[in-house]
Amino acid sequence: MFKLVDSYVYIEKLRDLIYQLLEARDRARSEYSTAAPNNPAIEVGSTLVKLGFISMLKGGVIMDVTNEKQAEIAEDAGAVGVMVLDKLPYDVRTSGGVARTAGLDVIKNVMETITIPVSAKCRIGHREEARLLEEIGVDLIDESEVLTPVDDKVHINKWEFKTPFVNGARSLPEALRRIYEGASMIRTKGEPGTGNVAEAVKHMKAVVRDIATLRGYYESGYLEGLWIYAKENNAPYELVVLTAKLSRVPVVNFAAGGIATPADAALMMWLGSDGVFVGSGIFKSADPEARARAIVLATTFYDDPETVVEAQRMVSERASMLGIDVKTLKPEELMQTRGV
Amino acid sequence: MVKVGVVAVQGDFLEHIQALRELSGVEPVVVKSARDLSDVDALVIPGGESTTIGSLMRVKGLDAAIVDLAERGIPIMGTCAGAIILAKRVVDRVVGETGQFLLSLMDIAVVRNAFGRQRESFTTDVYVDGVGKVRAIFIRAPAIVEAWGEARILAYVDHYSSGKVGAVAIERNLLTTTFHPELSGDLKIYEYLLSMAKR
Repeated sequence: MFKLVDSYVYIEKLRDLIYQLLEARDRARSEYSTAAPNNPAIEVGSTLVKLGFISMLKGGVIMDVTNEKQAEIAEDAGAVGVMVLDKLPYDVRTSGGVARTAGLDVIKNVMETITIPVSAKCRIGHREEARLLEEIGVDLIDESEVLTPVDDKVHINKWEFKTPFVNGARSLPEALRRIYEGASMIRTKGEPGTGNVAEAVKHMKAVVRDIATLRGYYESGYLEGLWIYAKENNAPYELVVLTAKLSRVPVVNFAAGGIATPADAALMMWLGSDGVFVGSGIFKSADPEARARAIVLATTFYDDPETVVEAQRMVSERASMLGIDVKTLKPEELMQTRGV
Repeated sequence: MVKVGVVAVQGDFLEHIQALRELSGVEPVVVKSARDLSDVDALVIPGGESTTIGSLMRVKGLDAAIVDLAERGIPIMGTCAGAIILAKRVVDRVVGETGQFLLSLMDIAVVRNAFGRQRESFTTDVYVDGVGKVRAIFIRAPAIVEAWGEARILAYVDHYSSGKVGAVAIERNLLTTTFHPELSGDLKIYEYLLSMAKR
């Protein structure tokens, strides 16, 4: 027969378990403590400092580079940052094989050459590549579908890093899932390395459309709609509500994937991007210096047609990267479906 | 209404505009070209990338217009990147001479990325002379290492690797902070700027 005293023993064990969990929590807290090692009044790597850094990139252009020469061109053109890769997305696409994070020496060289923030990509789910990038002092880590994913189910837990992360997204629920995992910044995925902005447009419009829907639910008081949206789209409910209240993606949201001309950049800004990543578009063109400068101009002054015209005239269409029509790609060649 | 312009070519100008909106009697004005400056009572140059902001300022003649504003005694506040652009002497901690465009209005020397990279960005309390204690957010922040002539350092930060360096400086109508008052929700620095505008 089961005695009440047995239940007391069980409950006592339960109490121990709860205490163990609390201790584990405290250990985790001290391990990821944000107090500087020898000056407790100074707090480093907090969420606010990560998000604040990303705020400074708004209205700017981050350019993909593969060496310090290209990084200097980017800085001189007025980029707000560079993204160091082993190969530009277009070359990743054409060369095949496994794409991994860039060589650490290459990244170091870039960091010692320019004054603007240096980002680098790690593979989706590859926590150790991200750790290496944090260790050498990269300012922003892109957990990117351009590289070959190592985990097709789970992304990196980005909360445990002091370095901010950016993730790609094709839709609002995907963006909110990444923010829930600790991403400090979102960008559209587009279809990298194609020089074709069509997919980025599609992804940005999908995000804008969902935000309008959520805003509608919120303003009309139909809060059940937010709950259903979260459930049906596998999106974190708290972030769905936050998005509805803010009427925008809750973190900085850049455009990326296929931007090749100043007009492409202006279009993405007009659609509501906070800034622009340019991958192969600059250094796969025949006029990288002029093009880099022109894309910076078109991004800042996107709402001033005269300046966009001036920017567009700085580049020649004959010098643009040839590009790839996304419709000719086989499903397994798409990068945007990696890590959703 | 006090009209406060915010230079809006790149960076977190929106955060400055939102912070200014919380103050009564203030109308923030978006500034992208020289003509937006015609009737501002004060100006803010925001955080962002100083190389980018510096080069974009010259596209629509903002640079000359801001120098003119400074000479007319209109208060100008530069935060982080803005502080770099206002300074006369700038070097980067790693790269050294940057050769970037500067407005060169203040008699201060600034070291860019003085505390390290983003990993070393930090938050701390800073005591500002004439303002009091403020919560200060330093992001890849510069440091004011020297002030001469009429420039005066109003606040220091005591940092574990960089030592005691300047965080706020003033020279007549020019004010710089190497941290970001627009991110902390603390409006004391803005009130100080507005008091300069009323003087």
